[in-house]
Amino acid sequence: MPEKKIKKVKIDGTEVVCERDETILEAAKKAGVEIPTLCHDDRLEPYGGCRLCIVQVKGVGRPLPACTTPVTNNMEVCTENEAITRIRKNLISLLLSNHPNDCMRCEKTGDCALQDLAYKYEVDSSRFKGEQWDLPIREDNPFITYEPNKCILCGRCVRICNEVVMAGTIDLVGRGFNSMPDTAFRKPRSLDNCEFCGQCVSTCPTGALTDRKGRGKGRSYDMTKVRTTCSYCGTGCNFDLNVKKGKVIKVTSAYDTPVNHGNLCIKGRYGYDFIHSADRIKTPLIRRGDSFYEATWDEAIDLIADKFTGLIKKYGNKSVGAFSSSRCTNEENFLIAKFARTVFKNNNVDNCARV
Amino acid sequence: MAEKKKIKAKAKTKPSSKAGGADEKGLTIRVCLGTGGLAAGSQEVIDTFRSELHARGLGADVEKKCVNKTGCRGFCAKDVLVDVIIDGNLSTYQFVNPEKVGRIVEDHIINGKPVEEWLVGPEYHTFHDKQTKILLKQCGQIDPEDINAYIEIGGYEGAKKAISLTEFEVIEEVKKSGLRGRGGAGFLTGLKWEFCSMSRSETKYIICNADEGDPGAFMDRSVIEGNPHSVIEGMIIGGYAIGAGIGYIYIRAEYPLAIERLKIAIAEATDKGFLGKNIFKSGFDFDIRIKEGAGAFICGEETALIASIEGKRGMPRSKPPFPVNKGLRGKPTVINNVETLANLPTIITKGAKWFSSIGSEQSKGTKVFALTGNIRNTGLIEVPMGISLKEIIYDIGGGMEKKNRELKAVQTGGPSGGCIPASHIDMPVDYESLMRIGSMMGSGGMVVMDNATCMVDMAKFFISFTQNESCGKCVPCRIGTKRMLEILTRITEGNGKEEDIDLLIELGTDIKLSSLCGLGQSAPNPILSTINFFREEYESHIKKGICPAGVCKALRQYVVDTTSCKMCGKCARVCPSGAIIWLPKQKAFIYKSKCIKCGACFDACPFKSIT
Ligand SMILES: Cc1cc2nc3c(=O)[nH]c(=O)nc-3n(C[C@H](O)[C@H](O)[C@H](O)COP(=O)(O)O)c2cc1C
Ligand code: SF4
Ligand code: SF4
Ligand code: SF4
Ligand code: FES
Repeated sequence: MPEKKIKKVKIDGTEVVCERDETILEAAKKAGVEIPTLCHDDRLEPYGGCRLCIVQVKGVGRPLPACTTPVTNNMEVCTENEAITRIRKNLISLLLSNHPNDCMRCEKTGDCALQDLAYKYEVDSSRFKGEQWDLPIREDNPFITYEPNKCILCGRCVRICNEVVMAGTIDLVGRGFNSMPDTAFRKPRSLDNCEFCGQCVSTCPTGALTDRKGRGKGRSYDMTKVRTTCSYCGTGCNFDLNVKKGKVIKVTSAYDTPVNHGNLCIKGRYGYDFIHSADRIKTPLIRRGDSFYEATWDEAIDLIADKFTGLIKKYGNKSVGAFSSSRCTNEENFLIAKFARTVFKNNNVDNCARV
Repeated sequence: MAEKKKIKAKAKTKPSSKAGGADEKGLTIRVCLGTGGLAAGSQEVIDTFRSELHARGLGADVEKKCVNKTGCRGFCAKDVLVDVIIDGNLSTYQFVNPEKVGRIVEDHIINGKPVEEWLVGPEYHTFHDKQTKILLKQCGQIDPEDINAYIEIGGYEGAKKAISLTEFEVIEEVKKSGLRGRGGAGFLTGLKWEFCSMSRSETKYIICNADEGDPGAFMDRSVIEGNPHSVIEGMIIGGYAIGAGIGYIYIRAEYPLAIERLKIAIAEATDKGFLGKNIFKSGFDFDIRIKEGAGAFICGEETALIASIEGKRGMPRSKPPFPVNKGLRGKPTVINNVETLANLPTIITKGAKWFSSIGSEQSKGTKVFALTGNIRNTGLIEVPMGISLKEIIYDIGGGMEKKNRELKAVQTGGPSGGCIPASHIDMPVDYESLMRIGSMMGSGGMVVMDNATCMVDMAKFFISFTQNESCGKCVPCRIGTKRMLEILTRITEGNGKEEDIDLLIELGTDIKLSSLCGLGQSAPNPILSTINFFREEYESHIKKGICPAGVCKALRQYVVDTTSCKMCGKCARVCPSGAIIWLPKQKAFIYKSKCIKCGACFDACPFKSIT
């Protein structure tokens, strides 16, 4: 194990201490300095594609990308100067020159990294006019809408699908100006090749990839985010229900979620239809003859307590047990175990999760 | 495996020939059999030589020994070139075709009288005299498909010697020689090896970069086709020095002959014990694998090349980490160009001192260039570093192709380089001087342009190449080069705006500064350097709507010169758009508004009255 080498780095005059092989971008975060990025996602390997994060390092002729360049001891970094601003403006203008600039109707308005940067750097699409993509919107699967014209080729979808999901559904295809993320042979995303986890949607900084079910139902600023834990399995991923007027419009997850760092699977991200389903069971049901009637919780719990007490009286306390679900949280499972031990006074505790 | 056997079998059944020497009757015939030669029909020439000799009762034995296949000798404009050596007297024929073979055999070989009118002229000799041939020396002289031919001229002595030294000593020798990478950037080879040797790892790799994607470049191909063993030997030396057990040759699939010869050479070298386990009985194991690339220019960039070998999309990644620390499959890797590697055997056998005595202060040795364009002698040349452009163009190249034209500029470094105007023709050709003038050595393309070349059009050609070959990863290169091409296109079509020149300069500078890899970082060079040296040409296109060289079709205006018009009416008859008014005994007149600028009248006028 190589010994830890402490590196002192100055970012825009603020000194920070780095102990690992941090990148300039990470060091800047420590220093409280924000550097614009488009192709960076903390979940992914550094890429260096968008070039927005270039910074000037003292003693180096050309600007360097902050997201891929590791810090060295006594490095002095300037994150914004005249030349850097000029280059950033030109890069954003270039991106906008092949972009529909359709913010008025775009799903992503208000939550779009490209829009934010164009606003911050005060650029529009007028500087470089030229050929623009005119590709059809792809709605060839139930969950993901792909509008290639809005793609800025940051490669995040490709990388999350390959590095995190390891599904290998998409890669960049084509060359030069016509490169774009797509499936092999440009086939539709289907169960043959895609997991439908929507991880690609979660990382897309623009409106190129959006959740199909939420389209047309509101922008992110219309929605309240309610953080909750996924109820499908015991992993305990956290996510935010995006709620508008009492309805869940879509599910997102943030990087600061401790268990899953913003990653979700198909169930967590897209399996929320049951919430507003007419068939959803919302109250306890008690059997009466051949049918059920809707009971109150008190009624139901009283009934269960009576039955358990009766069984224990008749057959002894070993005759009952608690069986809980992997869809419950750790805390809930802990409680049911405790319940069995303290109320039933036995160790008959089990769970369905033993695959 | 089966393939390997086939190749070995082939290697054995082909004629065993002596390297460049005469047979017992004192007769040797050498036919250029590089890709250039093959395209010009050298295989037929060889076959005809064989059958002619046979028909004249010169036994099969003689025939087999006399006709050697050689690699490219550089003077492609004169292909097929044939050397006839009788008792040590060499005569070289140019433009040989099967029809000529009969007379050469009859007059020269049987009767001892060379066919004077078919022999090469004096320019063939000036072409060769100013050159210093180290790498190309053996190309064109030995049979590339016979390892014995290479061994006879001292082949594999370098590898043998290197392995008898310590790794450290080999690296020191290469460092002392001052050899710099011939793949473009000119990094010191010894230093690169030292970095890699310092990286601790059980597994290391050495890769030979034979991707050669520059348009018009064929240096590496010729070296491999002409002398594949020199590259293999260089790889053994490099592999030994850095501690790599496996070497890869990454070569574009469009080079089938080079690949074939490499496969034969690898099979032969393995047979001789120069490759494989315990080579030269030293305990050092070294194997070489060939990896065929699909021919994307970007796969020549070292990190993209590595990605391509790993089976990924050929896209560069940011450095650091550098390949010498983390390369192929995450292991320390040295990547060297074909020409760099081919220099190594001679450096080891003749010594660093000898090598560093050739060339200039900071650029040592020789460089192979593919000399093309509007020049008399096009072809492959090898010159000492530091030679002046003037010597290359006028002494070796024989000056302009068309007598009435003048030199305008030279483009070095292919699409990554810049142009050098005629006024700088005395400058030395070395890494630093080329950099200083806004161009670069690149892999060795050299395009000579005369005054009928439009510099805007030339810049447009190169940027259209690079924008097409961009991998698409980073914004400045992917979209920026596309926009530059569009701006240049509108300038050449007469729709340029006054501010376009400044826009090109700003955009070009920013693309250079912010692109991820060498492709984007150098793509604007042809544009920036032509603006720098030929700004008035851009201005003329934009402001006056005139292309001074008359190349940009859309800007051409065809008018009839009424003083020289002989009223024949030929122009009016060929005009497809009815733009020319002509009545018998009257001078023709071209209506500007109807003219589609096809140039048909220009070509048709027998009196050159249309300008
Ligand atoms: C776009 C691009 C294309 C390149 N193509 C080649 C090539 O075809 N052959 C080559 O040897 N080097 C090529 N290079 C340079 C390589 O990246 C690398 O520097 C070189 O192979 C190192 O070998 P050297 O040190 O022997 O020159 C290319 C670089 C770039 C940026
Ligand atoms: S949904 Fe998941 S598996 Fe499908 S492309 Fe997106 S990231 Fe890949
Ligand atoms: S679809 Fe989105 S995430 Fe994928 S490359 Fe385009 S902009 Fe980036
Ligand atoms: S500079 Fe061009 S070729 Fe190089 S990584 Fe960027 S897009 Fe790809
Ligand atoms: S965030 Fe660094 S290059 Fe995109």
